[in-house]
Amino acid sequence: MSSSQPVSGDPPPDASPWHVSRRTFLVVTGVAAGGVAVGLAVVDAAAPDAGTVARVALAVNGEPVVVEVDSRTSLLDLLREHLELPGTKKGCDAGACGACTVHVDGRRVLSCLTLAVRLEGADVVTIEGLAPAGGALHPLQAAFIEQDALQCGYCTPGQIMSGVGCIQERHTGSAEEIREWMSGNLCRCGCYVKIVRAVEQAAGEV
Amino acid sequence: MTRSQSMQPQSAVGAPVARVDGRLKVTGSARYAADHGPADGIEGVVHAVLVEATIGRARITGVDTRAAEELPGVLAVFHHGNAPRLPYRDNPFPDSINPPGERLRAFQDDRVRFFGQPVAVVVATTPETARHGARLVEVRYAAERVGTDLAAGTPGGEPETYGRGDVEAGLRSAEVRLEMTYRTGRNHHNAMEPHAIIARWEGDRLTVWEKTQWVADPRNELAAAFGIPQESVRCLSTVVGGAFGNGGRTWVHSVIAALAAREVRRPVKLVMTRKQLYSGVGYRPAYEYAVRLGSDRSGRVTAMAHDVRGETSRYESHADDMALGRMLYTTPHVAQTVSLVPLDVNTPTWMRGPGWSTAAYALECSMDELAHELGIDPIELRLRNEPESDPATGSPFSTRRLRDCYAIGAREFGWDRRNPTPGATRDGDRLIGTGFAAGAYATERMNAQAYARLDADGRVVVQSATSDIGPGTATSMSQVAADASACRWTPCASTWATRCCRPPRSRRWPGRWRASARPCRTRATCCAPGRRPRGHRPGLTASRRRPGRVVVRDGWLSVGTDPGRGETYPQLMGRNNRSHLEVIGSYEPPEESGFSMYSYSAIFAEVAVDARLGLVRVRRMLGVFDAGRIINPTLADSQAHGGMIGGIGQALLEHTITDHRDGRIVNADFAGYLLPVSADVPDVRAIYVDGEDREADPIGVKGLGEIVIVGVAPAIANAVFHATGRRVRELPITPESLLG
Repeated sequence: MSSSQPVSGDPPPDASPWHVSRRTFLVVTGVAAGGVAVGLAVVDAAAPDAGTVARVALAVNGEPVVVEVDSRTSLLDLLREHLELPGTKKGCDAGACGACTVHVDGRRVLSCLTLAVRLEGADVVTIEGLAPAGGALHPLQAAFIEQDALQCGYCTPGQIMSGVGCIQERHTGSAEEIREWMSGNLCRCGCYVKIVRAVEQAAGEV
Repeated sequence: MTRSQSMQPQSAVGAPVARVDGRLKVTGSARYAADHGPADGIEGVVHAVLVEATIGRARITGVDTRAAEELPGVLAVFHHGNAPRLPYRDNPFPDSINPPGERLRAFQDDRVRFFGQPVAVVVATTPETARHGARLVEVRYAAERVGTDLAAGTPGGEPETYGRGDVEAGLRSAEVRLEMTYRTGRNHHNAMEPHAIIARWEGDRLTVWEKTQWVADPRNELAAAFGIPQESVRCLSTVVGGAFGNGGRTWVHSVIAALAAREVRRPVKLVMTRKQLYSGVGYRPAYEYAVRLGSDRSGRVTAMAHDVRGETSRYESHADDMALGRMLYTTPHVAQTVSLVPLDVNTPTWMRGPGWSTAAYALECSMDELAHELGIDPIELRLRNEPESDPATGSPFSTRRLRDCYAIGAREFGWDRRNPTPGATRDGDRLIGTGFAAGAYATERMNAQAYARLDADGRVVVQSATSDIGPGTATSMSQVAADASACRWTPCASTWATRCCRPPRSRRWPGRWRASARPCRTRATCCAPGRRPRGHRPGLTASRRRPGRVVVRDGWLSVGTDPGRGETYPQLMGRNNRSHLEVIGSYEPPEESGFSMYSYSAIFAEVAVDARLGLVRVRRMLGVFDAGRIINPTLADSQAHGGMIGGIGQALLEHTITDHRDGRIVNADFAGYLLPVSADVPDVRAIYVDGEDREADPIGVKGLGEIVIVGVAPAIANAVFHATGRRVRELPITPESLLG
């Protein structure tokens, strides 16, 4: 996500009965410090019709954002539908497939089961934030390519975020242990053998 | 592996190169249908959520949308009472893969044909509001009696039949006769990406960002539904998050999204929920497969009767191809009937290894039962029934290296260390068994077309309207392109976009399609700036030589007799003042090749069955495949692992369960419908026997994606029998079926 881009600017273009709600982009400020751009984006991610709206300040991939969020919005939908970070995938929306795995405060969590309003002060890292854009890949991302641990790629962001968690948790003592601790992430293409190899490889490098 | 007879060096094909879209996929940058948005120029998108029927068969008597419409943010609710009538032109095969029958239409009548059928759609400004609104829609029904049980259903229409010899006489005179009925549960594809579509109208022109295995199908079906020219529909499908067959057709939800978008005059995004996928996008139908088998004492199968019943919907007839039992063994007397039983269910569709994997379960378990009955090794029994030519047609096989598959597999798996007595091998509390099964899958060839362009900088771009559901199509296409143009294979910026146009080829679907009339847009690129070999002299005017004598290596063109003189593609084009060269090539398979063409598998599995709990775990599995030329062994391994792991699910876990009282699927989620997970998959290995198939197609490929699941379920089932001595004739094999 880039702080220099309006996250959502979508004023109603006409007065038709179909006009879209205001999802008004409120503030963007950029402060360059030591060559690192720090942005504060304030986004109204809630429709005016929402029953309960809360303002939440959190960090996503290192950038602070403040969102006005519908209390029903999951972190997954916040990322995908409001912050334009579609790298995190919706597979079941019920906490059973792992495709939506992200890191919250350093732990792997299922973003579909995490309500965005809970995240005041949280530090969220998604697949888009795991490595700098265009820069060197995280060792596990590189290992996924090297081992061909993916096919359709849809579960891959969740597998990688979960795999990074698995490595950080030191659940990589054996292939069997990795299989057990990666079994919350479904892969219908059936890349499990290679996913385990990729996690093993990256665990040795991290 | 033998190479083609081309003079050109073949270096890219066969190399285990990394997939060109790997970086996109590991960084979250690959954009699946529902990922598109403002960055793709889609502004003002609104969200649609389907309302499903909560009854299995009924007439809708009323739809109360007031509560939903009063919800702030709800833009519209559409149902059969207020939706516009759509022209719905016929759209039969080959423009679609719609099966015979009358397809399900978007809110065009008051009929409920199955539990979960879309009966309304709520469009709102946010996903949360649309979901809330969908819950507020009240639909009233006049209920009718529902029938969803295959066992209790009556076949509709005449069965498909096949026969050779006199099967009844053959069975009567057989020294050994066996009769078994096998049952398979309904399976759902459950690709990780839910079906999703974004539909946007600009005047009478429709653009869809759609999940599809065949980009022409949404265009053709949406054009037919809305009565507009095919040219007015543009379908964009960049990457597909798995499909396994259920992305072949364009389902009714896509028409609903387009209908809603036209009415609200906004781009509409519709993402199906996991639950909706169970009644919305097809499945592998449940089957009953009865086998009567006659053999002599030496194991020569003389007669085999197959009587098959499969489920379909009441509005369409989906039939899988059950030809395996006709061609795998040399049996002189064969009879087959395949009946479809119409039920109050949504229409099934092809799912990985369609028909062939189901038939392999019945046929290969019955062969295992015969081997046990006769006291003959299961592999030896197959060898005694191995045909020299196709017993169904009399045609020679293009290539059939099944004997090699058996021999290599037996050696690598350690088959000879097996104690043939069932229930005789233990490891603590676990009963250990090994099983074997063979398989085949028809090699399908279709008309294909591709556009190739050589740019002045030496880059080759190849475009064709295929989609990549995971096999690595862009990668293998670029490897083929690199060798065809004798360019160095370099994964350049992987431009990868699939747009609507005629389909070039897919091995995934049977049948033939018409050739494309225009360049298609799936791209594979390879780079070859061309490099003059050290010490070589420039200056050959290669273009003046007879093309057949020009050899190109690493983008360096020379005459075969004088490799030192030559030039690069950029030099050649620069000399001729050309910015690029382009060509459209097409391929049309011969109507009658005179050969029978199949891929083959030999699957070996070892299972451990908990003696007290009945829990089956696969310990290791080996697949040996005769699939023709392997373009990329790394990608092939991924395909093969995936097929075999899918087979673990088919054998031991996957079963869609319907409550026949009301037609509701009771396990329409990942908590109740079990898929294999990492912990279910310890050790899977694939081996490919050498050899391209020159009859199959110009690149010698027979097809791998389907054959890799064919034979897996029976190999596991046979291993369970070997471990326990109990023959379970129903999939999936659950702990309860082994207890008591």
